[in-house]
Amino acid sequence: MGVKQPKNSLNIISFIVQNRPGVLFRVAWMIRRRAFNIESISVGPTERPDLARMTITIYGDEAVVEQVVKQLRKLIDVIKVSKLDPENSVIREMALVKVSVPDQKARADLDYYVRAFRGKVVDVAPDATIVEVTGSPRKIDAFIELMKGFGVKELARTGAAALLRSPKGIPGEEK
Amino acid sequence: MRLSGAKALVKSLEAVGVEVIFGIPGGAILPTYDALYDSKIRHILVRHEQCAAHAADGYARASGGVGVCMATSGPGATNLVTGITTAYMDSSPVVAITGQVSRGMIGKDAFQEADIIGITTPITKYTFQIRDPREVPKTVKQAFYIASTGRPGPVLIDFPVDVQREEADIDFDEEFELLSLRPTVDPHPLQVKKAAELLLNAERPVILAGGGVIISGASEELVRLAEYLSAPVAFTLMGKGAMPEDHPLCLGMVGMHGSAVANKIILEADVLLAVGTRFSDRSTGKFEEFCKDAVRIHIDIDAAEIGKNVKPHVPIVADAKKALSAIYEAIEKISPKMDRSTWVQRVKWMRERLATIPISSSGSIRPKEVIEEIRRQLPQDSIITTGVGRNQMWAAMYFKAYRPRTFITSGGLGAMGFGFPAALGAKVAKPDKIVVDIDGDGSFLMTERDLATSIVENIPVIVVILNDGWLGMVKYWQDLFYRKRYCATCLKRGCPDFVKLAEAYGANGFRAHTLDEFSKAFSEALKSDVTTVIDVWISPDEPVLPFVPPGRPLNDIILGGEGGGEG
Ligand SMILES: Cc1ncc(C[n+]2csc(CCOP(=O)(O)OP(=O)(O)O)c2C)c(N)n1
Repeated sequence: MGVKQPKNSLNIISFIVQNRPGVLFRVAWMIRRRAFNIESISVGPTERPDLARMTITIYGDEAVVEQVVKQLRKLIDVIKVSKLDPENSVIREMALVKVSVPDQKARADLDYYVRAFRGKVVDVAPDATIVEVTGSPRKIDAFIELMKGFGVKELARTGAAALLRSPKGIPGEEK
Repeated sequence: MRLSGAKALVKSLEAVGVEVIFGIPGGAILPTYDALYDSKIRHILVRHEQCAAHAADGYARASGGVGVCMATSGPGATNLVTGITTAYMDSSPVVAITGQVSRGMIGKDAFQEADIIGITTPITKYTFQIRDPREVPKTVKQAFYIASTGRPGPVLIDFPVDVQREEADIDFDEEFELLSLRPTVDPHPLQVKKAAELLLNAERPVILAGGGVIISGASEELVRLAEYLSAPVAFTLMGKGAMPEDHPLCLGMVGMHGSAVANKIILEADVLLAVGTRFSDRSTGKFEEFCKDAVRIHIDIDAAEIGKNVKPHVPIVADAKKALSAIYEAIEKISPKMDRSTWVQRVKWMRERLATIPISSSGSIRPKEVIEEIRRQLPQDSIITTGVGRNQMWAAMYFKAYRPRTFITSGGLGAMGFGFPAALGAKVAKPDKIVVDIDGDGSFLMTERDLATSIVENIPVIVVILNDGWLGMVKYWQDLFYRKRYCATCLKRGCPDFVKLAEAYGANGFRAHTLDEFSKAFSEALKSDVTTVIDVWISPDEPVLPFVPPGRPLNDIILGGEGGGEG
């Protein structure tokens, strides 16, 4: 009889918690306490005002992810935990990137990239521009990589939000 | 009913059946103490809040119910922390109630404000802060439910002083709705079937029993299954008492200071059934080596324990009692009682080969003799508590426990100072039983002040100090691993004079240098109706053997002179 072998990959854990003060603290504490190394965490309200949804992305082998799921389930404020299969989930993150645009050429290049990534210019100043871009964490990584050519002055990412696709759901734009 | 928050709290505690609270009052909890004045709940005034928490824990472990402790805000609350952590590590149901500054002062660094929710969230199953007197009954019900459901553990209720004073219409019948904490108690039939088949076809099955067996009250089921399978049973420190130690299938304790036969036999298993244990490193030695070639079945009510330290092939998330019953019934259906004579013979042979050879006299009285004498004089149902260090390991090795909930020790945290207050708690829970704290001089000094509590509140227990004049276990590690460089471990025996110390409180004090003196002192203690302290002077150089050095696999066991056999 074999025990399953570990494998490293990106994992998305989505869970519903009681919308109460201190819940984020309890989750964050547990993650620190068990020394889990997470990529991102996001939290926001759901369709029910008494519940919130949190999303964690984490790279790790199966055993680590199993432990994260089990330890989350153990928290009294956590109501439901699911591990999302990235193939069958919609996963989105938003990033704001402030880049320097010293001249006309840079402005044109930036414009090109922003359009290619379906981003949006949300703030313009003589020497800097803030761009908003939404997509999978991987798409955001790629966009930020490109922005490094301009010089990234500041960066803010929201962390991933994710939902499982409905079994008969039709993938919309960008999977 | 129109009541203050404080009165509502006391009424709610009465409603969930609380009979005893250990605590110390202070400004921020005074309204609640005032309400206690009119209650039939017995309040036991201790001399330090650490004692309140340990005593509540001892009460819980001896009785199987929930223990309650209470403290004021700030320093009162922070003094509970070691006790709450101890309860958390050993899965003991304790409810701690702390006063807090008024709602409006929270966050203002007010006098005696401590963020006790922040401090205790990592060491509790859950924490509450009551923000409205109307929440009181529901909060208390939830706190007791959470503390005692599934894998038990401590819960803290923080109670701002203005909420204690505020009056409101209180509804005591309001029920709570908890969307989580619905532990799986019934084992999955498929997993039970797998486990049953594995155990049936095993050549060398071994059962490892942890504290979960005691918590779930599964001792009978454990013994019945072991007998049916002819499977020897080893236990962890927390599982001591789960199986009567005079049972022919009982191997004794496993792990760092486990018995030689338990450590050897468990590694020979081809199928291991582990039940109610979290595979602590102190029990398994090096995780990767522990029963690595055996097929491992793991029963635990806490799903997060499954696969945390040691990976099982057959995980069973369930209550230990239900799972052991289910496996027994499944096996009984397929096969008659098994007679594994080769395996039983092997265990017997190992046991004889590794049997302790009689100890030579060293001039000083030996811990083994002391502890065996205690066992000889005590009825089977007496309760032992321990300090931490060598005394604890000797007690675990040499004191034979025959019943669950009769051996109470700080396993996970290893908190020195636990033994004596836990003994007080156990005695309050079981006033008809004799309670003996086998302690170290260092450990006892951490909480000895509560001799006052034991005298004033009339809670008679017996304290046996195995006095080596050292922080003995630490000295032992210095002996073994630090070339006898004794940095900060000598306590200078004689300071204090434990006999005079006991007498200063109004307790009996005896000193023993020989077994004869000890034996007489102990029988005197049994006759007395006040607490007795017996100061037994042992040699500072007593080894603690067998010993599996930390981080090593169990077969690296050092048996030494007394273990006999190889080593
Ligand atoms: C509160 C606390 N502080 C420190 C330790 C570390 N420690 C473990 S055993 C030990 C020595 C215990 O000495 P004593 O109580 O005299 O028992 P002995 O080992 O001599 O039997 C110490 C200091 C601990 N376990 N708990």
